[in-house]
Amino acid sequence: MYDVVIIGAGVSGAAVAREVSRYTANVLVLERCEDVCCGTSKANSAIVHAGYDAHTGSLMARLNVRGSQMMEELSKELDFPYRRNGSMVLCMAEEDRPHLQTLLERGVANGVEGLRIIEREEILRREPNVSPDVVAALDVPTGAIVCPFGLNIAMAENAAVNGVTFQFDTTVTGFTAGEEGWTVHTDKGDVTARCVVNAAGVYADRLHNMVSAKKLHITPRRGDYYLLDKAAGEVAHATLFQLPGKFGKGVLVSPTVHGNTIVGPTAIDIEDKDSTATTREGLDQVAQKAAISVPGIPLRQTITSFAGLRAHEDGGEFIIGEVSDAPGFFDCAGIESPGLSSSPAIGEMVAGLLKEKLGLSPRPDFVAKRKGIVNPQTLSFEERQALIRENPAYGRVICRCETVTEGEIVDAITRPLGARSLDGVKRRTRAGMGRCQGGFCGPRVMEIIARETGMDLSEITKCGGHSRMVVGKTKEGAKA
Amino acid sequence: MEKRQLTCIGCPMGCPITVTMEAGEVREVTGFTCKRGEAYARKEVTNPTRIVTTTVRVAGGLAPMVSVKTAQDIPKGKIFDCADALRAVTVKAPVSIGDVVLSNVAGTGVDVVATKAVAAAQ
Amino acid sequence: MNSYDIVIIGGGPAGLAAAVSARDAGVERILILERDSELGGILNQCIHNGFGLHTFQEELTGPEYAARFIDQVEERKIPYLLNTMVLDVNHDRVITAMNKTDGLFQISAKAIILAMGCRERPRGALNIPGTRPAGIYSAGTAQRLVNMEGFLPGRKVVILGSGDIGLIMARRMTLEGAQVQVVAELMPYSGGLKRNIVQCLDDFGIPLKLSHTVVDIRGRERVEGITLAQVDENRRPIPGTEEDYACDTLLLSCGLIPENELSRAAGVDLSPVTSGAVVDESLETSVPGVFACGNVLHVHDLVDFVSQEAAAAGRSAAKYVQGQLETDETPIPVAAKGGVRYTVPARVHPHRMEEQQVVRFRVGAVYQNAYISVYFDDERVSRRKRQIMAPGEMEQVTLKREDLLSRPGLKSITVTIEEA
Repeated sequence: MYDVVIIGAGVSGAAVAREVSRYTANVLVLERCEDVCCGTSKANSAIVHAGYDAHTGSLMARLNVRGSQMMEELSKELDFPYRRNGSMVLCMAEEDRPHLQTLLERGVANGVEGLRIIEREEILRREPNVSPDVVAALDVPTGAIVCPFGLNIAMAENAAVNGVTFQFDTTVTGFTAGEEGWTVHTDKGDVTARCVVNAAGVYADRLHNMVSAKKLHITPRRGDYYLLDKAAGEVAHATLFQLPGKFGKGVLVSPTVHGNTIVGPTAIDIEDKDSTATTREGLDQVAQKAAISVPGIPLRQTITSFAGLRAHEDGGEFIIGEVSDAPGFFDCAGIESPGLSSSPAIGEMVAGLLKEKLGLSPRPDFVAKRKGIVNPQTLSFEERQALIRENPAYGRVICRCETVTEGEIVDAITRPLGARSLDGVKRRTRAGMGRCQGGFCGPRVMEIIARETGMDLSEITKCGGHSRMVVGKTKEGAKA
Repeated sequence: MEKRQLTCIGCPMGCPITVTMEAGEVREVTGFTCKRGEAYARKEVTNPTRIVTTTVRVAGGLAPMVSVKTAQDIPKGKIFDCADALRAVTVKAPVSIGDVVLSNVAGTGVDVVATKAVAAAQ
Repeated sequence: MNSYDIVIIGGGPAGLAAAVSARDAGVERILILERDSELGGILNQCIHNGFGLHTFQEELTGPEYAARFIDQVEERKIPYLLNTMVLDVNHDRVITAMNKTDGLFQISAKAIILAMGCRERPRGALNIPGTRPAGIYSAGTAQRLVNMEGFLPGRKVVILGSGDIGLIMARRMTLEGAQVQVVAELMPYSGGLKRNIVQCLDDFGIPLKLSHTVVDIRGRERVEGITLAQVDENRRPIPGTEEDYACDTLLLSCGLIPENELSRAAGVDLSPVTSGAVVDESLETSVPGVFACGNVLHVHDLVDFVSQEAAAAGRSAAKYVQGQLETDETPIPVAAKGGVRYTVPARVHPHRMEEQQVVRFRVGAVYQNAYISVYFDDERVSRRKRQIMAPGEMEQVTLKREDLLSRPGLKSITVTIEEA
């Protein structure tokens, strides 16, 4: 019997796993997909919100501000890309100014530091690409950007190193309450646990409703995005939000930690919990709105567009804690924006609840630090030479666009919770994330995965399941 | 009388050419702009031929496949027979350009030859 | 740091021809840097025939054409490094490169020839809405998988874009047993050669739908289907014209983009039209001693022209190294007007020209019975009728050195299309 079964290996599940791995507990993470970071956590704005947005006194506000404060330290401890670039909330119409003031006051009340309202001249000086129509902005020096894959993978890897077991390709189908805890039914058999953590993203309501009479309802709220080529330059230095107002709810224009520009999202409520398809209307909407704050935004230099789903619960609040009519079953539900920003704090909070519930004691051999995949581009010329001498695979470039070497890809596959798919390699190393989108490196990465895992090349998938990259060999096809 | 519609491949004009046939004989060719168009159309309706390019498997080579072509053009109707015949062929490395990988493919009297060199694996 | 007279970045058709001509012009210290595991570049996967009619007066396949130039490089014992990625080229013509055996290293060059080729426009850049499953390939990636690695990307295929690679892959997939259902082309005309439309589509009964595009992609893990729609004259989908196709594969053949990341690093001025370097008659870029040729300069349809252009770049680089390319002459701009999208070269130094200078260009639309005219300042100096011109076919005019030298004070040369 496990002490804790965590359902979902997104940022919330991974954060809980990592924080609970500080204690001597027997923990299992069940994930429906083939890898960590496959749902909401992989497709979002990649922003660490400062915390001025959520209602004062809400759990969302508290965890956001706390998460934002923890993130920088965590990024050093677990070695993932993070940058405090600051953010601005742009006010584009004089009549919307009062909303800016409201936002400032709320931020101060929530405990966000350094907030101030800045005027047109300063905005345009700091952000020359912003529309000259800008009136004022809320300046948010604690706003930051993060690699969401990096954060999610780092927390999961660190949890694994500290003894947490991860089981992928496993879908939870139901629960039975027992004397000592829960039996979790899955398509791969049953597991038992003293406590269950429901961190199932857009599916968290479904799981919750299996055990509780007090129903939740999560709406998948789709957000469409554009990602621009690094060659487009730094369109925005800070993360540029639009103040909701005269022009409706806006979209953001932000640099990413890797030097791209991200533009989006829409907020379109849909039924299908799996439908991350973009639509023409959605993408057009993003383009139109982005042009309000950054008129010359070079969307021609788009390298990909994508959509993600936020798990919006009807109450618009994070639902975290033990379910009152299901003892030992902990929800981590309704984790929509600012969920990524809050995740370290969510992990801390849920781990605290579990510790108390189960009477856990600290693990004496807990390893707090994790070393990420070496990015040779961050090394000096001499360091890089030494690295290649030590392991020549670092001298062979596989992904030309992002200059990712064979050494990095092998590391991504062979380290704890290693990648088994092209997307898994991409999220860990950025191979295939550049302007040709894997056109050149895709087949090379497939070969390396096959070699390192012993899989046949025809079994290699883009993202697990039925997403095979090739359907067979030539010369075997039926007669036409 | 049978009318065949063709697109000339001589240049980007792509003239739409109509060939009127009777008892297998060309009666009339219309729609072409230049001599090349007429000649193409006459050949295409009486004896259309193609060079077939594909690949065959290599055993013991540095590459798993080698590219091949029919040494001359073969009747258009034999394209699939040619491709199918080559599915069963595996050549042993080393392979040189021009090596015959299959002679008299699909009874056409035409050989299939390698178009790339493949060295033997060490 | 090792130093060379000429370093050529890229060992495809452009790099090979440049190396051969530079050596034949008397340059000893030449090095070719190639990122792939063999010389020949994209030709290695272009196993179809139709290459070399201009150069060798016979129809070769891509690998055969490449082999002829590789043989010439080997005969001349021109050194090359394989599996070697160039990471940077700086203003002082210092090249930073890397491979497994030599590690990370720098070399300096008196002259550099950029010959990195081009890449395909991916799905992301096309902004096709829908899901992002496996089974969406650029045509060239599929070509490599099928022809070089022996894998079949899918069995039921839709192809977007009627560029030559897309057409060639329609036939290639069909021969390997896949079912190619349709080729859709956004424009009202195909970007591919007529011969390919007939021999790759018509021969196999594959329909070509002009003025159509993909408006939706379905399938969460692997492609399950796509939706085509007709587009209006502004290339916007027309509601009500949608047609669904069940398929497991979508191949994209929607344009090629010169790969100029290194050129940019070297400070080379790029043309927004070609995405390649702006060059003069010697194929010299805005950075002295840095030359460009082949698909990294502008995307060609015929490899024969790549070889010609690259040979010229090799000769120019040799002259540069030998100190024969110095000039204080102000170049004359070659302007593209009236339907001509760009010209290569974009400027000429008459004293540095060879006897005849070919100016290559593309038109922006389909023209029938129109004239290619050349103006020296305001005076029309030549006019040539063309029955047909299309964006998919590169056009050319020839300038004579003596014509330019006989007009001191000439300010500009203009190439334009004039309709009858």
